[in-house]
This record gives sequence, C-alpha cells and structure tokens, in this order.
Amino acid sequence: MPQGDLQLDDGSRVGVVGGGPAGSFFSIFLLDTAKRMGIDIEVDIYEPRDYTRPGPVGCNMCGGIISESLVQNLAAEGINLPPTVIQRGIDSYMLHMDVGSVRIETPLQEKRIGAVYRGPGPRDIKEIKWGSFDGFLQHLAIENGAKVINKRVDEIVWQDEYPQIKIRNQSPQSYDLVTIAVGVNSASRKLFANLNFEYEVPKTTKTFIQEYYLGEELIVEELGSSMHVFLLDIPRLEFAAIIPKGDYVSVCLLGEDIDKELVGNFMNSPEVRGCFPSGWDFDANSCNCSPRINIAGAGHPYGDRIVFIGDSGVTRLYKDGIGAAYRTAKSAATTAVLQGISAEDFKQYYLPACRKIETDNLIGQVMFIVTRLIQKFRFARRAVLRMTIREQKHQGSKRRMSMVLWDMFTGSAPYKEIFVRTLNPAFLSRFVSDLAVSITGRR
Amino acid sequence: MASGELGKIYQDGELIICEGEEGDCMYVIQEGQVEVLIKGEEDRDIRLGVRQKGEFIGEMAIFDRDVRSATVRALGQARVLTVDKKNFMRRVHEDPSLAFRLVETMSHRIRELSDEVARLKQVE
Repeated sequence: MPQGDLQLDDGSRVGVVGGGPAGSFFSIFLLDTAKRMGIDIEVDIYEPRDYTRPGPVGCNMCGGIISESLVQNLAAEGINLPPTVIQRGIDSYMLHMDVGSVRIETPLQEKRIGAVYRGPGPRDIKEIKWGSFDGFLQHLAIENGAKVINKRVDEIVWQDEYPQIKIRNQSPQSYDLVTIAVGVNSASRKLFANLNFEYEVPKTTKTFIQEYYLGEELIVEELGSSMHVFLLDIPRLEFAAIIPKGDYVSVCLLGEDIDKELVGNFMNSPEVRGCFPSGWDFDANSCNCSPRINIAGAGHPYGDRIVFIGDSGVTRLYKDGIGAAYRTAKSAATTAVLQGISAEDFKQYYLPACRKIETDNLIGQVMFIVTRLIQKFRFARRAVLRMTIREQKHQGSKRRMSMVLWDMFTGSAPYKEIFVRTLNPAFLSRFVSDLAVSITGRR
Repeated sequence: MASGELGKIYQDGELIICEGEEGDCMYVIQEGQVEVLIKGEEDRDIRLGVRQKGEFIGEMAIFDRDVRSATVRALGQARVLTVDKKNFMRRVHEDPSLAFRLVETMSHRIRELSDEVARLKQVE
C-alpha cells in the first residue's frame, strides 16, 4: 500500500471519480480550503454525464429535494441556490391519510426547501426552462478551479504507491489523492474491487420515481408550493411523496418489491387522485426509473490516498441524500487539506462524520418502525391527524406533532433530535390523549 | 414570487430586522439590496451601510445574546433567506469551518469600521 508523504501540498493532484453533488461539493470545498491555506492544488473531476441533456443521460435519478437545513447551510457557505435551478420553493407539506389530510406549514412561512431536477428534466421534456442542480454545482466547482473530464473511468489501480485513473484512449493519470463520489446506481462501483483494501459497498434498496407533466399553471392550482406526503395502508408501500417541480411533478415511492401493481394501487387511491385534476389520465409510459438508495453505509470508506464520499460512503436513511453528500464531502475535503490523506487521517477526522450519520440512521430506523405502525392502525392515523390539525389551527401554540412530522418528512433535523422531542412529556400526554379519543371514538 | 425563488420577499422600505429586538437568526440576501440603520439623536435614522446580494445581515445574533444592534430594511424589493441560529450552530459544532465565511465577513466589517474611526479622528 502507498507510503511516503501523505499530505496535500503545492502542485498536488486530486482525482474525483463522479461529478454529482458529492464530487462537486468535495471539489469546491477542497479548492476553497486549499486556497485559504495558500496551497495550490489541481482537481480533475471524472463525470461522463452531460447535465445539459434531458432524460437518463443527464440525470442522477433522485426525488430532487434540497432540505431546509441544506438550503441554509449552503447559504452560509456562500452557495445561494438561484431560481434558474430551483424549480419550486416549498413552504409546506400536505400529509394525506385515508382518515383525512392536513397542511403543515413551516413556522416562518418562508420557502426554504428547494425542488430540483438533478439533470435538466425528464426525457420527454417539452421545453428546458430550468438548469440541472448537478450541473449548477459542477459549474461552481469549475469556477473554483476544478477541471471536468467528461469520460467514464475504466479502471483505478495502484502505480508506484499512487492511485492511478485509467480512461479509454488516454494515458493513465496518477494522483496524490483519489476521491470516489459515485452514486449507488453507477456501474463504476465495480472499479473498486481491485483496490485491495477493506472497502465494502453500501447496502441498498430499490425505489420508484415517475415524472408526470401537468404544466406550471395546473401545478400551482392543484399542488401549490407544498410537497405532498402519503401515509397509506397499501401493502408493501412504506412511504410515498409527490413533489411539485416546474412543469412536472415527481412521484416517489419507497417500499418492498415496487412493481406496476403497487404503483397502480397508489396512483389510483382516492388520496392521490385528489391531488390531481379530476379525471386526470396518468401516462404510464412517462419518464420513470427504479433507482437504488443507500440504506447502510459502506464499510471502511477510506484508505491511504483514497476516500469514499456521498452515496458510496454513507448517506441519511431515506431522506436528505444531498445533505449527506454535502456533509461527507466537506468533512473529507477539510480532512485532506488540513490534516492529511493517510488512512489514519481519514479514520481520525473523516470517519466520525460518517459514524454520526450512521448512528443517527439507527434512530431513524426506530422512527420509521413507529411510522409504519401508525400507517397500519387507523386509530393511530386519526390521532396523528387530530393532533396536527389542532396545532395548525391555533397560531402561537407549541406545534409538537407538526414539527415532528415536518422534520421527519423534510429531513431537516437529525433523527435523534426528532426522537428526543417525541419523548417530551407534553408531546406524549397529548398524543396518548388523542389516541384514547380515537380508540373510544369520541369527538 | 416566482416558483423557484427561495426565501421571503420584502417590499421597498419593509423592515427585516428591528433595532432593539431579540433575534435568533441571521439572513442571507438572495436578490436586491437592503440598508442598515441605527437610531441617532432625536430618533433620526443614520444609515450605516447598504448590503448587497450574497451578503449576511443580522449575523451578530448568531454569536451574542444581545438585542439587534441595528435596523435593516429593504431598499427596493429584496428577497432574503433566514438562517436559523439553531441549525447554524448545530452544523458549526460538527464542522467549524462553516463559520469561515461568516468570520471573514465580520473581519471585513471590523476593517471597514477601523477605517471609519480613523477617518473621524482625522476630522476631529
């Protein structure tokens, strides 16, 4: 394995495999921190996708939500997301259940969640009006000094103790550090098998995403600036959301063995039908995909001169994948510049950031078990609805259930924090009282 | 407000921050500009400066527990994003380098103030 000086210095070269959010965030923060430290480094991003082309060639397959916390953190970093990229600012959530629906508004009534497309839009897009989110970040990385190589990486090998990236018809490039930022749906994951260290690929599960054209006017009329989430007792369906974008809406489903039957059952449920114009004909052949999402982090996501970030490292359970890409990318970048690029440096300074996300995911799993139980029992759904409606009606009152639901659905707060809030005696007593009312059927 | 605009729109002259009030957030200007004012003698407003797109306002509330030191109002229409103290501090705890840009801004403003003090001393 590599030896020698494991520090980035003037003239050091860094290769980033994958130019999605994790790769671009890493490049931006690496170059920015190096500049602050007076170190001149070179960054090459390898990304075969073209973010100016609609459909699969320019898309990284994701629901496309920039969480409230990420929007704020990026603004504090000086990265302000423009309306040319944000297709819709989200200021509220509509929770739909068979027992009724409730609108949960952000306490500030401010649009702080962004709905984006990772590429320029679905394959059947009529007119490209907004830019790609991934393209926007890649452009920022280029502005900060990164170079994008629009090629697929064929192989990564060790050569004279340095990682070397090979692409077709070009001479191999040696780097002081290689950062792997590929998604869990990328074929590039097979490249790491020969790297000869303890990296284990993350565990994944399948999701389903479909895009429907409604046009901007109808979206405003029917869905507004709310994300619509569904807790429905449909077999095999865990969670579902409809995200309004510019001219399209994204339908995202999470569950076991999602197939046409499950998608049909969901789309034809009265709660979903109610979100669309009456008699709306769903185009079953519109742009859709079944991407995998990371549900358990990679084992040993680092080595001497190599680090795995974003989905190929660790991400948040079911929510805020782009936020996790930002956090892991930034932690790896600051470790590389300020501490070093040895396995020991990454273990000491980067691994804790990954572990923190993983530990939080364990609490998240408990929270999702509770959500599944609520989904299963009608009286529990009625209690949640009753408590939330009461809170939303009374301005100024403590919105305990609303905030728990808001943070669960938006991914804005760590699962640990949400869990602790549910243990608050005031929350518990109100919820138990609403459960009792639901069970006894009193109004 | 266009569909993809994040934050909140303030109309010309609308107050964003009120001097003397308690604050638990800062703001980042997304579009337009704002003016920073303090109350002078006989309650007259003294303009301390104008802040542009991308700049922070109200950042002192993030670090100290004092009331707002100045009033900020929109100069023309301005779109402003609120950054919660809790969210920011939680993230700074994980990643202290998030505060780099804010410290840089504050350092820049201290330099401006030092220049201003020097200029006033010369006038005296």
